[in-house]
Amino acid sequence: MNRRIINRRLDKAFKILGIASTVFGLLVLVVLFVNVFLEGRSRLTWDFFSSFPSRKPELAGILSALVGTIWLMVITGLVAIPLGIGAGIYLEEYAKKNRLTNFIEINIANLAGVPSIIYGLLGLGIFVRYLKLDRSILAGGFTLALLVLPVIILSTREALRAIPFSIREASYALGATKWQTVRYQLLPASLGNIMTGIILAMSRAVGETAPLITIGALTYIAFLPQNPITFLEKFPFIHFTLRGLLDPFTALPIQIFNWVSRPQKGFSTNAAAGIIVLLGLTLAMNAVAIILRHRYQKKIRW
Amino acid sequence: MKKMLTLITLVLLSWASCLVQTFADTKVKVIKIDGSSTVFPITEAVAEEFQKKYPNIKVMVGISGTGGGFKKFCRGETDISDASRPIKPQEVDVCKENNIEYIELPVAYDGLAVVVNPKNNWVNYLTVKELKKIWEPSSQGVVTKWSQVRQGFPDKEIRLFGAGTDSGTFDYFTEAICGKSGSSRGDYTASEDDNVLVEGVANEPLALGYFGVAYYEVNKEKLKVVPIDDEDESNGKGPVAPTLETVRSGTYQPLSRPIFIYVSTKASQQDEIKKFVEFYLKEAKNLVVEVGYIPLQDEAYQAALERFQKGIVGSVFGGKGAQVGVRMDELLRRER
Repeated sequence: MNRRIINRRLDKAFKILGIASTVFGLLVLVVLFVNVFLEGRSRLTWDFFSSFPSRKPELAGILSALVGTIWLMVITGLVAIPLGIGAGIYLEEYAKKNRLTNFIEINIANLAGVPSIIYGLLGLGIFVRYLKLDRSILAGGFTLALLVLPVIILSTREALRAIPFSIREASYALGATKWQTVRYQLLPASLGNIMTGIILAMSRAVGETAPLITIGALTYIAFLPQNPITFLEKFPFIHFTLRGLLDPFTALPIQIFNWVSRPQKGFSTNAAAGIIVLLGLTLAMNAVAIILRHRYQKKIRW
Repeated sequence: MKKMLTLITLVLLSWASCLVQTFADTKVKVIKIDGSSTVFPITEAVAEEFQKKYPNIKVMVGISGTGGGFKKFCRGETDISDASRPIKPQEVDVCKENNIEYIELPVAYDGLAVVVNPKNNWVNYLTVKELKKIWEPSSQGVVTKWSQVRQGFPDKEIRLFGAGTDSGTFDYFTEAICGKSGSSRGDYTASEDDNVLVEGVANEPLALGYFGVAYYEVNKEKLKVVPIDDEDESNGKGPVAPTLETVRSGTYQPLSRPIFIYVSTKASQQDEIKKFVEFYLKEAKNLVVEVGYIPLQDEAYQAALERFQKGIVGSVFGGKGAQVGVRMDELLRRER
C-alpha cells in the first residue's frame, strides 16, 4: 500500500467519524424530544395554560409559571440589554487599551463562565436581603440580568469587532464624531449580530432554575402578579401600577422541577408538558434570532 | 406633522404620568409559608382550597427544607414554617434573638417506609438492630453483603438507597435507627428527590432503601415494603408494616413521626392568617389523606385548634429537635 491510499482511507474514516458524531448528537435530541412529546402531549390543552398549579395533577396548569417567566424576561431584558450594549460599545470603541481595561475584559470573560448558582447566591445576598426586594419578580429579574450581562457584553464586542476598520476611518474622514460613527455606522451594521447574542443569552436565562431556587422562588403560587395596566370605568380610564414587580413569582423551570419530584404519576406527565412549552419557547426565541440575523445581514450595503 | 405627533405624545405622556402610582399602592396581603418538602404537599393542598374560598387572600408556599424554613422564619421573613421535626435549640436561639415567638401545631403523621425490590424473597422483616447494622457509620465499607445482616440471607451484595443529608427524612431516620441525628454511612445512593430512590429500588434486585410512606403508597406495585420490629412489645408485638392504622396508633415505631406547622405569633394576630390556620386545622383531616399522609385523630386537631386560639407559644418538645417514638396519646397529653 502506498501513502496515497492510506491517506485516502484516513480521510474516509474521518468523514464517517464526523457524520457519526453529528448523527449521535441529533439522535439524542430527537429521542429526548419524542420521549417528552409522547408523554406530555395529552396535557397540552387550553386548560393547562389557563390553570394554576394544583395538588391534583389533572387540574394543575402553568398559568402562574408562564406569566412569571414572561415578567422575568421583560425585566431581565430591560436591565441587561441597555447595560450590556452600553458596556460593550464602551469597551470596544472608547476605552483606552491599558491595564485597567485589560483587567475588566478578562473578568467579564470569566464572568460569562461562572456557574449560574453563584449568581443566585449573589442575588440572594444583594437583591433579596440587602436591598430588601424580598423574593420578588424584581429580585429574580435582576439576578437573571446579572447572569446574561457578560454574554451580552461579549457578543456586542464581537459584533463591533466584525465591522471592517475602514468603515470607522471613512466616517471620521467625513468629519463625524465618535458618537456619530457609533450611532450611524457601527450600531446599524452590528445590530443583527448583537440581537442574536442577546436572544441566545435570554433563551439561556429562560431555562435557568438554579439561581431562582437559590433566591427562594421554589414555591407554590396560585395567583398572578398585579397587572401593570387595569382599565377603569371612569376617568382616567387606565390605571398604571408597577406594584406587580414586588409580587412573589414562580417560573416554568421551577414548576417543572417541582412536578418532577412528586410521587403521583400524573405530575410527571405535567412536567413533560411543561418541558414542551419551555422547549417551544426556547426554540421560538432561537428562530427569531436566526431571522433577525438574516434580515440585518441582507440590508447592509456600504 | 412631526410637531403635531410630538405634541400628542407629550399630552398623552403627561396624562399617563399622573396615573402612574409606582410603589405607593397599599400592599395586598400575601401569607408567606416556607419550609419542609415533606409538609409541602399538605400545605399546598390547604392553600389551594383556602384560596378557592377566599380569593382575596394570597398564599405562597415555598420549599427550602425544615432547616432552611426555620432560618427564614426566625429572621421574620415568613409567617408560617412547615417542619417535619420539632424546632432545634440553635433555631430557638435565633428566633429569640429576633424576638420571634411561635405556636407549634401538629398537622399529620408521616411514616418512613423501608423497602426492597419485589424480587427480593429473603427479607420478610427487619429489626431495628439489623437496620442499625446496615446504616451506622462504622458499617461503611464493612457491611456490604446481605449475609452479614442476618444468617441465612444470600451471600450477595447489598445496594443501599437513602435520603440526602439536606432532608428532614435523613435527620429523622438516622436519629431513629442509629441513635444520633445525622450519623449514617456515606457509601449509598443518596438523593433529596424520593422518586430517584423509588426508581433505584424498583430496578435493583439487591436494593434496600427508605423514604416517605407517601412515595411507597403510589408505587406499591414496584416495591416491597419491609415490616419493622423494634423488639419492644409495649407498642405491638413482632414486625409491623406501615399502614394508616399502625402509624396512627403508634405501633409502627420508631419510623413514624408527627409533622408540624409553626405560626409566628406576630402573624397570628392578623385576620387573614387566623382564618388560614383555622381553615388548615379544620380541613387537614381530609386533605392529609388525599396527598398520601396519615391524619391525626380528631381530638388532636381539636387540641391544636385550642392551642392556636389560646395562643400558647413554644414547642411541646422543649425546643430539643427531633425525638423518636413520640406516640399519639403522649402528644395529645402534651397538647392539653
